Amino acid sequence: MTNSPERTPDQSPSGVSPHTPGSLAHAPTNTESAEVSTSPASAPEPQVPSDVLDQDTYESIREPRSASRLPLGDGTWHQLARQYVWVQLISTGIMALIVLAAVLLVTLLWGQWWAWIPGGIFLAILVWTLAITPRQARAYGYQLRRDDLVFRRGILWQRVVAVPYGRMQLIDITHGPLDRGFGIAQLKLVTAAASTGVVIPGLKQEAAERLRDTLVDVAETRRTGL
Amino acid sequence: MVVQPPQPAGVPEPGAAAPLPDPAAPSLSDGEWHRLHPLTPLFRGGLFLVVIAGIIIANLRDRLVFIFLPWLDDDIDPEDIRDFQGRDPIDFIVANNLYLVAVLALLGILLVLIGLFYLSWRFHTFRITGEDVEVRSGVLFRTHRRAPLDRVQGVNLTRPMFARLVGLAKLEVVGAGLDSNVKLEYLSTSNAEAVRADILRLASGRRLAEARAAGAAHPTSRVSAAASVVSAGITGIIEGAEEPVSEPESVVNIPVGRLIGSRLLSGSTIWLLVIIVAIIVGSIAGTPWVLFTLVPALIGFGAYWVRTITRSLRYSIAPTPSGVRITFGLFTTITEILPPGRVHAVEVDQSILWRPFGWWGITVNRLSGRGLADGANEQFTTVLPVGTRDDVERVLRLLLPDLPESEWPLLFEHGILGPKSDDPYTNTPRRARLLRPLSWRRNGFLLVPDALLMRRGVIWRKLAVFPLARLQSIGLEQGPVDRALSVASVRAHTISGRVYGRLGVLDRDAALGLFEDAEAAALAAASHDRSHRWAGDTSAESAAEGAAGAAAVAGAVSVPESSERAAPEDPR
Repeated sequence: MTNSPERTPDQSPSGVSPHTPGSLAHAPTNTESAEVSTSPASAPEPQVPSDVLDQDTYESIREPRSASRLPLGDGTWHQLARQYVWVQLISTGIMALIVLAAVLLVTLLWGQWWAWIPGGIFLAILVWTLAITPRQARAYGYQLRRDDLVFRRGILWQRVVAVPYGRMQLIDITHGPLDRGFGIAQLKLVTAAASTGVVIPGLKQEAAERLRDTLVDVAETRRTGL
Repeated sequence: MVVQPPQPAGVPEPGAAAPLPDPAAPSLSDGEWHRLHPLTPLFRGGLFLVVIAGIIIANLRDRLVFIFLPWLDDDIDPEDIRDFQGRDPIDFIVANNLYLVAVLALLGILLVLIGLFYLSWRFHTFRITGEDVEVRSGVLFRTHRRAPLDRVQGVNLTRPMFARLVGLAKLEVVGAGLDSNVKLEYLSTSNAEAVRADILRLASGRRLAEARAAGAAHPTSRVSAAASVVSAGITGIIEGAEEPVSEPESVVNIPVGRLIGSRLLSGSTIWLLVIIVAIIVGSIAGTPWVLFTLVPALIGFGAYWVRTITRSLRYSIAPTPSGVRITFGLFTTITEILPPGRVHAVEVDQSILWRPFGWWGITVNRLSGRGLADGANEQFTTVLPVGTRDDVERVLRLLLPDLPESEWPLLFEHGILGPKSDDPYTNTPRRARLLRPLSWRRNGFLLVPDALLMRRGVIWRKLAVFPLARLQSIGLEQGPVDRALSVASVRAHTISGRVYGRLGVLDRDAALGLFEDAEAAALAAASHDRSHRWAGDTSAESAAEGAAGAAAVAGAVSVPESSERAAPEDPR
């Protein structure tokens, strides 16, 4: 988790910058900011212990260098578990190996050298994906604010989405065999709008389940019409 | 036999007045299970049977002559009887003198079919309670579909041409999901109207009995008395009439000439011209046979035009207390009622072809409750096929009733008609004008308390209005080029539809500000929004109902709503 209070003007409604740089997984920043923030409504806060969400995750969001990037704002960003990179690297690597094997098979057995053209393009894309995966994984972040969840991803193409809790229709947790081996899961948040597209990959399984339960609880208390 | 004294002409006896359906009479929406119209099987598959019977009879014409005049052929070869396999079964019947068996078998099949249809009709029942609409169907495989009333997105009454001849109509309760509609097909037209009015009234949060009591006070009104009772209030205000008007008058009338002209001047016409030019060029350039493809292309486009025009004929749009009522269609007439708060986005657009005539169109994003592949989706998104500026204003006032009067100039003068002096919109900064070379002065947004307005396009002028109470989420995007110019895109996420929520090339800081402000405003709007039970009043009675309604809310999560319902800060 991270934040960057020194870089951005204070825009958050909470007006609190609870984070102290350097305090890592065990700083209860999320609940703290929730208590301080003043609001008219009496809906309960989303409360997930930070040590569950931030266990073994990255510590700082990776951003573009340009000054006109989309800023982090304040508040606590939770990040993905480090295992996510390994899962991605392994699955992409296996894919690359399969492509390589297929191309070698075609060229060596049948002497079809043209197979290197599509195979080479495909391999280049996969190698590029491998190279940027660790950077990409550090660019994911999500924030549990008082009334909404903010999600961000991407470095070259940045994307930030704010989803009010009351708009959530359902929450999906999926994990494949490789995910299970590394103990991570993917959490997908579905609203009535298909374009919302908030998918948080690479959460620790416990974190994903706690987050889901919390989000469902919070969504129930604030639900409105569609 | 007693000769009745002749009735004085023009004075019906008291009993004759009874057929006027009394809204206080036991209706189909009293919370009990009811069946559909008995002619339903005929229209839902029986027609198919009739067609098959017709084909069989037509093919057996010769045979029938032969069967009924068998003495013309008394020398049946015994060989035929032995190896009848692979031969015509009629031959076999004739050869073996099995007429009785054959007739009995036919009768049996017919009886079984009729029985099946009867069973499926008997088992197809529906119930309308205060909380939801339920339909049970199927004999072996039972399905039971239940739609919560506070998620009703609209009620469509479709009268297909054939069903209209016998006075039947199809009622479709639009749910909030893919393929989530509850269909009541078929009901008699009067029943369908009454059921629709009841569903909408129940969905609005008003009690049926209360409406019935009110309905009894107007015994003169006809079939849609139930609807008119409630509509009297609003139509009375609008029309200034004392009489309750059962058919609210359309606020927009589209002359046929304008409709045809607008369809001819649509984007598809440009495509047709492009195709024709391509074909002619192709035929000149060496392959003359390409010219023959002109004919199917023209036929296809002609059929398309006729279809779109007939679909939009007899268009009317009118306010009712249950929402906006839109009617269209020449052969198959569809009447849809869009309750308040079911419009997720509205867009007013004008292509450059329409500009000389001052025509505009209005499309909306709404939940149609149909599958993705359903071709009828498109016609439910067009709210105004073509209209003048005054028409647009009237329709927008129906669709966005909550917008305060002070904001209309922002929408009309500045939003729809483009940038003027002291433009309130936040536009694309000058430094990024290369990304919107034509429209950068117009490309902008404005956040008003209830809605987010997005103004786009010079050649194809568009103004999109997103009611904040319906905004699902909001996104901010920035690519490398954007970053170099310090701009960003904002995207309003609504349910999918033809209104696109993305507005590119905005100043980065303005976009960030909009992101925060729109999110805060959307949260506030959503917390005050009560349109899922739009007419539920704030009296003690509605509080009790709120508790009852809370138990019935379905969805991914069951929801206790009492907290928001009892919210004292609600302004309405």
